[in-house]
Amino acid sequence: MADTDVELHVEFRGVSKSYDGQTLVVRDLDLDVRKGELFTLLGPSGSGKTTSLMMLAGFEAPTAGDILIDGSSVRETPPRKRGIGVVFQNYALFPHMTVGRNLSFPLEIRGVSEERQAEKVRRALEVVRLEGLQNRRPDELSGGQQQRVAIARALVSEPRLVLMDEPLGALDRRLREEMQLEIRRIQHDLGVTVVYVTHDQQEAMAMSSRVAVFHRGRIQQVADPETLYEEPEREFVARFIGDNNILRGQVTAVSGGTCVAETPGGPVKAVPVRPFRPGEPTALAIRPERVVLSSRRGLANEFEARIEEVLFIGDHLRMRLDLCGNRNFIVKIPNTVGHGAVLKGDRVRLGWAQMDCRALPDERAAV
Amino acid sequence: MTARPTSLTLGDRLRGGFHLAACAAVFVFLIAPMLVVVPLSFNAEPFFTFTEGMLSLDPDAYSLRWYRNVIQDGEWRHALANSLLIGLAATALATALGVLAALGLTSSSMPCRTLVTGLLISPMVTPIIISAAGMFFFYSSLGLGQTHVSLILAHAVLGTPFVVISVTATLAGFDRNLARAAASLGAGPWVVFRRIQLPLIAPGVISGALFAFAVSFDEVVTVLFLGGLAQRTVPRQMWTGVREQISPEILAVATFLVGFALLLLGAVEWLRRRGGGPAQGNT
Ligand SMILES: Nc1ncnc2c1ncn2[C@@H]1O[C@H](COP(=O)(O)OP(=O)(O)OP(=O)(O)O)[C@@H](O)[C@H]1O
Ligand SMILES: [Mg+2]
Repeated sequence: MADTDVELHVEFRGVSKSYDGQTLVVRDLDLDVRKGELFTLLGPSGSGKTTSLMMLAGFEAPTAGDILIDGSSVRETPPRKRGIGVVFQNYALFPHMTVGRNLSFPLEIRGVSEERQAEKVRRALEVVRLEGLQNRRPDELSGGQQQRVAIARALVSEPRLVLMDEPLGALDRRLREEMQLEIRRIQHDLGVTVVYVTHDQQEAMAMSSRVAVFHRGRIQQVADPETLYEEPEREFVARFIGDNNILRGQVTAVSGGTCVAETPGGPVKAVPVRPFRPGEPTALAIRPERVVLSSRRGLANEFEARIEEVLFIGDHLRMRLDLCGNRNFIVKIPNTVGHGAVLKGDRVRLGWAQMDCRALPDERAAV
Repeated sequence: MTARPTSLTLGDRLRGGFHLAACAAVFVFLIAPMLVVVPLSFNAEPFFTFTEGMLSLDPDAYSLRWYRNVIQDGEWRHALANSLLIGLAATALATALGVLAALGLTSSSMPCRTLVTGLLISPMVTPIIISAAGMFFFYSSLGLGQTHVSLILAHAVLGTPFVVISVTATLAGFDRNLARAAASLGAGPWVVFRRIQLPLIAPGVISGALFAFAVSFDEVVTVLFLGGLAQRTVPRQMWTGVREQISPEILAVATFLVGFALLLLGAVEWLRRRGGGPAQGNT
């Protein structure tokens, strides 16, 4: 990839933040956000996503490090001069103003003439498909409509950078999925850079150009959604993105790009994500849908186990087995013709390819 | 769950009746002294008691003569003008200071919040005689004894806690993200205050101001200490009236004050119902 000619929009350089002067809620953050991408900060509750976003918007000052926008430090730039649109988690629409006044507020402040204001407000409402709602008050709108007004307000003065903090958190699933597409479309059409915060990994996967996974104030991995799913580099990422079966073991042999780890159920062949030394503890990650029930031989890892439980999910069957020390080993079988009748209590042969098994550093000790 | 029985037992009714009677008694005890004043102020005779004619509802036993006297009396007018001047000026001052204090107290970077709040509220709990005596010596040493300025300042001090309390309560429910959103949209601190915060906390500000005005309007102790003849307010004039020339004029003024207080109370209640409730973020 020609990484050298992408233009950087936002850079975090060694940013740390502590509210109480003792615990760091964001630690040594380094991030590059490229122009025109939808960059997502993904992580569980309390991992420091909002704090990072608020530092970028200028509402919190970093305890250490620096933030650059378009290559220059914004340490001394107050929020109102950063030219960033912000969509807050609870929308933060001004309750005493109509939708129209909410949208024209930033324009008025910038001294835009009345006609141009009306024109811009009309266009912003068009973008979010809320034509004709100018005269409603925020409390007369549905959650989805309020959300779109908040987006329109953040966009109306045409910032190049827009921050969104869990904007879809309060919506039901269908509306949320609709809005995900809508935000993608708007972002794409206007060509703005969006830094998006969510704790929902599916949302992050569906929307983002790239995702930064947060855990306890630290970045675990930054990658595009597919890489995150296929090539997690940390145990936390493997567990947080999609489902993964984790087997604990010790590396016994390393050769070239492969390794063997000893688990309670026997040796497992895997692909190490970094060079391991023999004897090191490891967490092996195997996706449930990559495990095949096989009578055919030829997989690098084959085992026999008893089915403890079978769940019918609809589009797939979900089996729980006790395997190699993991009593919660999940296997997913697609619900296709002839997926075979599997019953609780059956003993089955199953296996997975070496490349579908990633050996990650064991993080149990590091917590 | 079983349905509630709809008919009450005799015991329940008795208890209910007793409860009502007790409430009524307390009510009468609290309100009656004030209510007696009202009909007496329409007395045609210069007495503080009900005359025969009044009791038999003879229209001639009633008159507006004391009201007329009050309105025509130069001293009462002077007192009312003083009360209004001092009250309005003190209210303006207390409101401005109280709103600023409340804004500061609710900001996240406020150190020693509890201590400062306590200090600001203290005029409300300090015995008034002590504050008044203290202010007397303080203002005298500044050469401000017996001036309108000293009374305005004193009443502002007494009124500020009410503004602080009511505005702080309104701000407590204020969504901090509203101010942040406005800032991110390009608004400076003054515009954020003027266009976003003030409209949303207005009910709290106004009810605080009404309380501050009420405090000043019926305050007599500081006036006794700090005011001279030129600073006589309505309550001060009543005080003199009670001691020197016992006349039902006082009852007329008292009736007027009761009506005024009811009006203020009504205004505060109306504001509270109409959404003194703080701004709601999301539905
Ligand atoms: N204003 C504040 N003062 C003190 N501590 C704070 C403040 N804001 C956040 N924190 C703490 O910082 C940590 C990170 O909070 P942050 O809001 O950034 O998390 P988050 O990733 O956005 O979580 P969520 O998904 O729940 O919104 C938390 O432990 C939180 O308690
Ligand atoms: Mg958050």
